[in-house]
Amino acid sequence: MPVRRPSAFALLLAAIPFVAMCFTVALWDRVEPLIFGLPFNLAWLVCWIPLTTMCLWGAYRAESRRERMRNKEDRTRP
Amino acid sequence: MSARVTALAIIIGIVALGGAIGFLSAVRRKMDLEQWTVGNRGFGAVLIYLLMAGEVYTTFSFLGASGWAYSRGGPTLYILAYITLAYVISFFILPHLWEIGRKYQLQTQSDFFTLRYGNKYLAAFVCVVGVGFLIPYLQLQLTGLGIIVSLASFDSIAPAPAIVVSVVVLTGFVLAGGVRAVAWVSVLKDALMVFAALSIGIGIPYIHYGGVAPMFAALVKLKPAHVTMPGATTNLGHTWYISTVILTAAGFYMWPHAFAAAFAAKNSETLRRNAVVMPLYTLTLVFMFFAGFTAVLAVPGLSNGDLSLLTIVRSSFPPWFLGVIGGAGALTAMVPASIFVLSAATLFAKNLVRPIFMPEMNDFQVARLARIIVVALSLISLYFAIYSSATLVSMLLLAYSGITQFFPGVVLGLYWKRVTMPGIFAGLICGVATVVFLSLSNRDPFYGWNAGFVALCLNFLVAIGLSLVPPTQRPATECLP
Repeated sequence: MPVRRPSAFALLLAAIPFVAMCFTVALWDRVEPLIFGLPFNLAWLVCWIPLTTMCLWGAYRAESRRERMRNKEDRTRP
Repeated sequence: MSARVTALAIIIGIVALGGAIGFLSAVRRKMDLEQWTVGNRGFGAVLIYLLMAGEVYTTFSFLGASGWAYSRGGPTLYILAYITLAYVISFFILPHLWEIGRKYQLQTQSDFFTLRYGNKYLAAFVCVVGVGFLIPYLQLQLTGLGIIVSLASFDSIAPAPAIVVSVVVLTGFVLAGGVRAVAWVSVLKDALMVFAALSIGIGIPYIHYGGVAPMFAALVKLKPAHVTMPGATTNLGHTWYISTVILTAAGFYMWPHAFAAAFAAKNSETLRRNAVVMPLYTLTLVFMFFAGFTAVLAVPGLSNGDLSLLTIVRSSFPPWFLGVIGGAGALTAMVPASIFVLSAATLFAKNLVRPIFMPEMNDFQVARLARIIVVALSLISLYFAIYSSATLVSMLLLAYSGITQFFPGVVLGLYWKRVTMPGIFAGLICGVATVVFLSLSNRDPFYGWNAGFVALCLNFLVAIGLSLVPPTQRPATECLP
């Protein structure tokens, strides 16, 4: 049953939000500078929510392209 | 009309409307097990979005996000990170689960474990652990509902009758419409919740400080340490943040109801696209933070941080608006509660009672038993919610850590050929035991790390380690003449 692994490109894109929102917390967890009046850490995370959507959109494009190519190969195979 | 009557009438109106939507969604549909639990696998992008948003944004996000911002400060930011990252993980898991689910007609989380590992005792164990951790979560929804409704109605309804009425309504629409009713009620719930969150999050800082930016400026001046980690706590620092975010992001879709919701989608493409868009909904929670941070300055010294939101809302807004908040709050508890009851009942009937005790049951009988269990579970949680015991609330702290112990079984099961049933079973038992031990002995956080994360690492180690051990018995038996 194990399924096909995602492409390295999709995994790389998915790793970006993890690095930005989780592992690097010590770098951005501070108050100053205030961004649009929000403390820096809050503004950073708020900013990364739409950026995560963009990363996933990239991964989505990559995965569906791969899927299409696979389907084409399947069809051409006898 | 007095303030009480206005607020009360609006709350009742919203709950009645929600109930009516739930009942109507089921009209003229044949409610067999497949329709009831996974909506005949026919949910398109919008319904799936609403179902998933509906079950994720609970009273805990309503009261908890603002409550944590109030009582703990900086550490509350973990909520923004983990929900967003949970969708990233779901991108790689849910579409595959759906494919497998359709191919083998899976309806519950335990079904997946039965299929992948071929052991009904492992599946039954997954079911018992899942349901066991769902019950405190369910109870907490109802307790939260009681608090919200009684505060929003200016104490004209006590918590207990509010809880009883809402449980009757939600049990009714779950019995009638199953998962489809839950998704449709979610339409009203999410619309109201976004409206409430935006108006509270923008309105409260505006009323008290003239805007969000001046509010933060005042807060930073007065309590600069409150908005960074560890905030008002001593032990929720960066190590805790990283380990908690990873744990909860991994655990998010391991909740039995969230896992099973994936099966309701029309195709795997819907789930993949859904994962791309879902993070944006997390922005709603930012507004709850604004309200909580405002409350730090405006209503300091509350003993229960979870009440900070409602206290400040009550002193800032007109009665009709309180009614809307109360109604939205009630639905925010009822929608997740209904899906919890539905998933727990299906798991119980299909993955515990049938395989272990009554293998001769057919699907029709399972569906009937599940409905009986819905009523039983509602009554049990009603009892707990009204005669609320402290132990159950502290059990909830365990619940997320406990649920996440399913993660290795799911991920390794999907992506790793060599993983074995004994490895997963042993890992799961080790993980759950570690969680229970560390939490009950007050060792969470464990040297700064989230206890559930420590357990998850151990779980992975055991599962991978045992799976790699060569099966020694087999060659020996093959050598026999």
